Amino acid sequence: MRVANIQVSETPVVLYALRRADDALILGHRLSEWCGHAPMLEEDMALSNIALDLIGQARELYTYAAKVEGKDNDEDRFAYLRDVRQYRNLLLVEQPNGDFAQTMVRQLFYSAFADLYWRAMMTSRDATLAAIAAKSEKESAYHLRHASEWIIRLGDGTDESRARAQGAIDHLWAFTGEMFAVDEGERALIHADIAIDPGSLRGRWLTTLSAVIREATLDLPQTDWMQQGGRSGRHSEHLGHLLAELQSMQRTFPGQTW
Amino acid sequence: MVTVLERHNELRQRAWDAAASVVDPEIPVLTIADLGVLRDVVLDGDHVEVAITPTYSGCPAMNMIALEIEVALERAGFRRPTIRTVLSPAWTTDWMSEEGRRKLHAYGIAPPQASNSRRALFGEQAVACPQCGSANTELLSEFGSTSCKALWRCRACREPFDYFKCH
Repeated sequence: MRVANIQVSETPVVLYALRRADDALILGHRLSEWCGHAPMLEEDMALSNIALDLIGQARELYTYAAKVEGKDNDEDRFAYLRDVRQYRNLLLVEQPNGDFAQTMVRQLFYSAFADLYWRAMMTSRDATLAAIAAKSEKESAYHLRHASEWIIRLGDGTDESRARAQGAIDHLWAFTGEMFAVDEGERALIHADIAIDPGSLRGRWLTTLSAVIREATLDLPQTDWMQQGGRSGRHSEHLGHLLAELQSMQRTFPGQTW
Repeated sequence: MVTVLERHNELRQRAWDAAASVVDPEIPVLTIADLGVLRDVVLDGDHVEVAITPTYSGCPAMNMIALEIEVALERAGFRRPTIRTVLSPAWTTDWMSEEGRRKLHAYGIAPPQASNSRRALFGEQAVACPQCGSANTELLSEFGSTSCKALWRCRACREPFDYFKCH
């Protein structure tokens, strides 16, 4: 059976909230794929904990998007009944887990950004977004510390772990530019003090990142060509496979609950 | 007039006590009042609205806590109470009561330190072992058996223990 995709009225605030919600949901789902497969029990629990934080953030943001949109949509419909092209997440967060080094590099790139981003968003004139930011900021600080410690351990570890960590950095680097890009609709929100300009965080993000990478005896790539598209629904092939798993229950048994 | 006001206050207190008796399903020695999760109880006529705040965004205990509050209020005679979730101000372990800290410690969980310690990038705080009291302890994992706990080990008595991390 095929269930129709929902229609979404993407006004600037709805689109804003959906983009951040999609980032959190997709990364949370990726991390949950490690559940039962992590290199050790403590790490299995850590990744599941972080996934839970992210999915919790996604729920708050989807619920707010639904409220602002003012139609029949809700958190579940946003998550389960939109197709690949309707998803607005960063390409970075949908990239496959790969090996553990790849997961941790993706985690470092994202959490170093999210930590700065949510802290800055606490001053948003939108009270709900500011409240969500204040909760997410606290969680991101732990996520960043977790990823930083692993990157240092992997980079400054064996030849094998070092090579894999460096390979992951080189591979994922091109997906980091999108975090700092802004389109016209979002520019208007920034002028209205509802959103903050992510571009203004890039210097500090690089400082945080460089400190960890240096300590890990690794190197940041010198290339500056960046891949974009996720924010407007142009995704890598990986997202479709992820959604197929994430949505299969609701697509097969519409409205199913337990 | 005085009696009406007194009656209102007494009813509200009863509603508060009922809500405050609900325990965290993951740490059953702590009530939601000890944790600071219970934010407000509003009595309007004979309708009760309870405001709670999540510890972590994805805390899976929130649904169960909301359900338990409804049951506790119904038992205390308040019909169809409503539960509201508030996000702001964001929950912090600084709201945990002294009583809560004492109960946690007695249960074998090291209570949280002041929240200003959480931003240190590689800051290892000294957490005393709740079993033997030694400060000679080490962090095993920052993410423990629930969102709000980290896993530590005591080097003196060799016992692993949970630390309720500051937030």
